[in-house]
Amino acid sequence: MIIDLQRFIEKSRPAWMELESMLARVESDNRPMSVKEMERFHELYELAAADLARLTTFASEPETRSYLESLIARAYGEIHETRDKQRRIFPLKWLFQTLPQAFRRHIGAFYLSLAITLAGCAFGGMATYFDPESRHVTMPFGLDSLRPTDRVKEEESRTVDRLAGNKSTFSAALMTNNIRVSITTLAFGATWGIGTILLLFYNGIILGAVAVDYVSDGQTRFLLGWLMPHGVIEIPAILVAGQAGLVLALAFIGWGDRAALGKRLRHVSRDVVTLSIGFALMLIWAGFVESFLSQYHEPIIPYSAKIAFGTVELVLLVLFFARSGANAKQS
Amino acid sequence: MKTSALRIRTPEGIVFAQSLAGPVMRFFAWVIDLLLIVAFMYGLNRLMSWVRLISPDIAASLTTAGFFVVNVGYGMFLEWIWRGQTIGKKVMRLRVVDADGLRLQFDQIVTRNLLRFLDMLPLFYVIGGLSCWLSQKCQRLGDIAANTIVIRIPEISEPDLEQLLEGKFNSLRKYPHLAARLRQRVSPVEASTALQAVIRRDRFDPIARIELFRQLAAHFQEKVDFPPEATEGLTDEQCIRNVIDVIYSARV
Repeated sequence: MIIDLQRFIEKSRPAWMELESMLARVESDNRPMSVKEMERFHELYELAAADLARLTTFASEPETRSYLESLIARAYGEIHETRDKQRRIFPLKWLFQTLPQAFRRHIGAFYLSLAITLAGCAFGGMATYFDPESRHVTMPFGLDSLRPTDRVKEEESRTVDRLAGNKSTFSAALMTNNIRVSITTLAFGATWGIGTILLLFYNGIILGAVAVDYVSDGQTRFLLGWLMPHGVIEIPAILVAGQAGLVLALAFIGWGDRAALGKRLRHVSRDVVTLSIGFALMLIWAGFVESFLSQYHEPIIPYSAKIAFGTVELVLLVLFFARSGANAKQS
Repeated sequence: MKTSALRIRTPEGIVFAQSLAGPVMRFFAWVIDLLLIVAFMYGLNRLMSWVRLISPDIAASLTTAGFFVVNVGYGMFLEWIWRGQTIGKKVMRLRVVDADGLRLQFDQIVTRNLLRFLDMLPLFYVIGGLSCWLSQKCQRLGDIAANTIVIRIPEISEPDLEQLLEGKFNSLRKYPHLAARLRQRVSPVEASTALQAVIRRDRFDPIARIELFRQLAAHFQEKVDFPPEATEGLTDEQCIRNVIDVIYSARV
């Protein structure tokens, strides 16, 4: 049997229109529905669903059917969604509660990220120690062109501010580049973590090579004064990016979790995004510090002051991630 | 197995389908978005030429940061405020939706846009395109990670049967018992095929159109044997119009 399509559409149309207008309101309005509105919404959804079933069983009119399907798909999303509707953002609550809690929830992934970086450091350090010529391969940004002692001499005898008039530009370039690298580290989590591991290991190699190069040349103080002000934030930021990438990778792999891939990813996606915004903020701070403080050495700024500044930052960062929001309800 | 539509069964037992967008349509949407981003960056650069007069350093830093923010944030911002659509997707009638049919969440939008950095590699979305091509639901890696899909939004138009049939004498209605038998014997798919053929008749090549209606008329005549005078003098196309009128309109 085939239904009288024209009559069917004419009869059902007002309910479809009402459902459509309610949907538009629900989708654009952050105000929750009243019980009465909810009842009506559910009733209209059921009517439309029954109409779709009738249309599919008794007639075959693709355009009306796809219209009803899209209407029901939208209503279904609203009715069956159990996650919170993300209405308002509270920046301070997010910063002091949501972010550190998300970090602690995945502390294992952070330790793994740290371990991979340390393994890279050990490799880069040993490579530089046993084969000094490898510095031409392991060190970026032209750091291999000068011996540390020569660079320190050059920096400390500098009378002209080489960043004068370019500090903001340099700062913006650092931030965007570091955030790009960190997002890539996170995104490579989708390769079951292989790409994330490689990037973390590579970062570790650079760090280890530079550190051993300066320490073995007797320039430990300069190294700490140069790297600590921004590095104590920048390096953990990259580790957090690695942590987010590994969380994503673990959800992709699903070890010990029998839930479907979609469900596993849904479970971690909010934390991955929280960590992403977290590392982006850390890198913005690190970009400012690197441009406006780290590039200035003795006699302009004493190394002890820079090291002290870096130490204070590190302590605050550790306290922030370890303690902030610890007593609050999990968000 | 690759599919062109995602079917979701609701707890009420209703099945609805969402047509999945293919890589080519998505590529065109991306090209439109890319052109808009380039245009925006050009505008930003022009604007900064004024700031440069005051401070070249601030102008350069704002340009660098602005390019980055627009590049990364364009998709996130528009997909959030337009519920899964950017300008390119609006033009191509595409929308990002949750793969389980649930409400699209902000973290899903951010995740799929962050993973663009991987999908874009090595260039022109090769990884994303391959993933889209190989995955069952046509998802790039960002979509898989965010549990989203990109669907085609159907153009909504109801069949205007009155306009198709208005004012025409229908010789088949002179035989109500045969008309009733026809309604009984024709399946929904056959009815839909005839209806779509009439609705889209102007889009066919003339020779193909004649051949199509000839085959359809022959097919429906096999279903019910109307007397010769009922179809005498009718073209095959008019014959099919009369069949549709009988099938879809219950008036006698």
